[in-house]
Amino acid sequence: MEVDTATTPEHNREFADVDINNGSVSGASDEEEVPAPGSVTLEQENDLFVSAMTPSEVHRRISASNLEEVLTDDGDYFIQIVISDPQKVGDGMSSYLAYKVTTKTNIPKFKRNEFSTLRRFSDFLGIHDLLVNKYLRMGRIIPPAPSKNIIGSTKVKMSPQQTEPGTPINQEWIEIRRAALERFVQRTAQHPVLRVDLDFINFLESDQELPRAVNTSALSGAGVIRLFNKVGETVNKITYKMDENDPWFDDKITEVEHLDSNLQKLSSALKSLVSSRRELSVLTGLVAKSAAMLSTCEEHTGLSRALSNLADVEEKIELLRSEQANSDFYILAEFVKDYLGLFGAIKCIFHERVKAFQNWQYAQMQLSKRRENRGRFELANRADKLDQAQQEVEEWQGKVQRCQQQFDDISAEIKREMERFELSRVKDFKANIIKYIEVQMAHQQQIISYWEAFAPFAREIV
Amino acid sequence: MMDGTDESNILNSPATNNGGTMEISSPNPLAPATATATNGSGSVTSLDSSSSAPVTPAALGENALHVEISDALSEKEKVKFTVHTRTTLPGFAKKDNNVVRQHEEFVWLHDRIEENEDYAGYIIPPCPPRPDFDASREKLQRLGEGEGNMTKEEFKKMKSELEAEYLATFKKTVAMHEVFLRRLASHPVFRVDQHLKVFLEYDQDLCAKPRKKMAIFGGFVKSLGKTTDEILLSATVRDVNDFFENELQFLTEYHGHLREAASRTEKMTQRHKDVGYSHQKISNALTELSTTEKGNMETFVAKSAEVFERIKNLETRVASDQDLKLGDTLRYYQRDSNAAKALLIRRLRCLAAYETANRNLEKARSKNKDVHAAETAQAEACEKFESMSACGKEELIGFRNRRVAAFKKSLVELSDLEIKHAKSQYDYLRQSLLALKEIA
Repeated sequence: MEVDTATTPEHNREFADVDINNGSVSGASDEEEVPAPGSVTLEQENDLFVSAMTPSEVHRRISASNLEEVLTDDGDYFIQIVISDPQKVGDGMSSYLAYKVTTKTNIPKFKRNEFSTLRRFSDFLGIHDLLVNKYLRMGRIIPPAPSKNIIGSTKVKMSPQQTEPGTPINQEWIEIRRAALERFVQRTAQHPVLRVDLDFINFLESDQELPRAVNTSALSGAGVIRLFNKVGETVNKITYKMDENDPWFDDKITEVEHLDSNLQKLSSALKSLVSSRRELSVLTGLVAKSAAMLSTCEEHTGLSRALSNLADVEEKIELLRSEQANSDFYILAEFVKDYLGLFGAIKCIFHERVKAFQNWQYAQMQLSKRRENRGRFELANRADKLDQAQQEVEEWQGKVQRCQQQFDDISAEIKREMERFELSRVKDFKANIIKYIEVQMAHQQQIISYWEAFAPFAREIV
Repeated sequence: MMDGTDESNILNSPATNNGGTMEISSPNPLAPATATATNGSGSVTSLDSSSSAPVTPAALGENALHVEISDALSEKEKVKFTVHTRTTLPGFAKKDNNVVRQHEEFVWLHDRIEENEDYAGYIIPPCPPRPDFDASREKLQRLGEGEGNMTKEEFKKMKSELEAEYLATFKKTVAMHEVFLRRLASHPVFRVDQHLKVFLEYDQDLCAKPRKKMAIFGGFVKSLGKTTDEILLSATVRDVNDFFENELQFLTEYHGHLREAASRTEKMTQRHKDVGYSHQKISNALTELSTTEKGNMETFVAKSAEVFERIKNLETRVASDQDLKLGDTLRYYQRDSNAAKALLIRRLRCLAAYETANRNLEKARSKNKDVHAAETAQAEACEKFESMSACGKEELIGFRNRRVAAFKKSLVELSDLEIKHAKSQYDYLRQSLLALKEIA
């Protein structure tokens, strides 16, 4: 038991890193902000059970005063981040894609109102890992970063062009990643605490290269080790059930599970829509080609002209179908995928709470053991040992207190985060559906105009 | 393969009162069927107006021959068409008559007409395609198997969709067979053909057994022989007439393009239906999601599910109208152009015979033997060829007019329907947008 508990925090932390990387990005807008907690103190962080953290990490944590500042004047602030101009740097396997990250904001923590910098993909993963290391333990939902894709990135790396990676497939792949990175950064920037994290600010502001993030390479030894930890962790997650004393969490966990599984279904339905719409676009293009062939062959002038116009219409519709597929993809499919990632992040904070509970229970157990010891020494009248026993009891009493405090804090924080998340989720969902319908309306209008332009040619056939 | 009883179990369609068969009750449902039938040939459209009132035989003029398929019954392996004839032609025993025919008997009639030497100069109306419900049946079977892991709602929806699909295929089959008969009945020569008369009057089976495997194989060999024959003929026989040479070249090329266009259009509409189906899946997922949501989000998600289902209906309709207007026209003219090509090949063969007769005559003259017989043969061949050329030319012009008219009609209807569907989807989306914004 003792060994077990001592090792878990480290494993859990590793696991959290991996798990979140699987998903993508989340959205959280800042208007309905729930106050962030101002009660985190450095002393608590230094607890024995958190000691897996290096001192420097602890120092990087945000001070309480920082948080309060955020609270008071959140609504008036805005931050907008655009990611653009993906460009290939270097050659061959050691090459990478760099993106221009442009920020506009009026948050006073930033030195300027508008600035931009160049960041590579692993920098994004790096900032995500830093944020997870700092905030996951407190029960904050960290928007997941886009996942690595070795095949896609290798293709881009191997493409001969230096700056403009040329083939349409590569371009599409790059655009998908660019959009995913943008959503990730924007979601992070919507969070009242994460947006003013010093590392995050540095990530956006500094025009220096960031230190290479460790462990982000998918093929590195660390990556493999993390994979193993992940397996072990999953087993651990399944086996340990805590006695829940707060019905809110029971309800919330079931709710999240349901939402998650329903979104999975929605996500797979959306994927099939995107792929059939893409295929439809290609097939429409072939019909356009056939109509053009028929038109050149047709001996009747009027019919030939109509067929050639039909070819034009079908060609335009081919493009339109592919635009439709894009809106299916970017507005709905990727959006839902992001949320699946966010639910992953949420499960992580629930798990963090379970760990905090475990720590607390362990400390209590230790405490009662020490008390027993002390009692035994008292009965045996061993004054020499009594002092040390008393000391131990006091030490563990403090630990129990801190652990309990920690558990209460994370529970409260999760409640606040969930409330914030729910609000922004509902808002996001509505906004995206509405946007999607608006885009579809525009598409239908285009279809109308295409066929209206065609109709006279059909009627003119004599 | 699924038998009739299974079908009625799953479909629970009109079939149930018919002992495992599906029936289109007569004569009303044929109104849509005849409407689609017209895409087949422009020359037939004139009959449409009279067909809309089949119960008024008084409308028949002199020497009229009116044929329609008033009823059709789908059994497990075959479709039974009720062919209703009204006529004032002198040869017919009854003015009003019904016979039940199967697809194989239509094939029989087509083959009799095609093999008739006297008709060599005419375009033989293409044989209707074999009824093919395999796809629908397969889906039905899958639906039956998947019944367990579907919600009642989903099952109901899928079932009614498949029923509609089955019915559409069925109506199309009926329409195709009717178009074939109508083209025969409206043709000045074919309408008085004895085989047609037998087909319309004889109340027994025409002994047209379903083609056995061997026969199909034989047919394949025959068609193979035909193609090589074609290549040989066009390579050896020099045409004296540019018109026909050009027509043959044109038709060969045109037929190829039509075939490709038809198959591509079919693939496109099929994939479009898949797009529709994906919308249904999304709608189902949203409905399920709405049950885990609360408050106005629940309403919002439920409404979104409704929107996606409606889009699915609209998109599916777009796909099936494309299939009906563009696909069917292409398919029909793929077959009709093939029939026209067959005419030209027959003419080439006739030309070859004529040239042989010429050579024989020359030989006979040089040997001064049997000159008279050779002269008669040559004159006969010449006359046959000339009359065939004259007739063929007219037929080809007719084919062209028919084709242009049919394409015009379908393209006009296609663009009208596309506009109509896009407009109604636009309107629906606009309304839904307002409704959703109100909920939000």
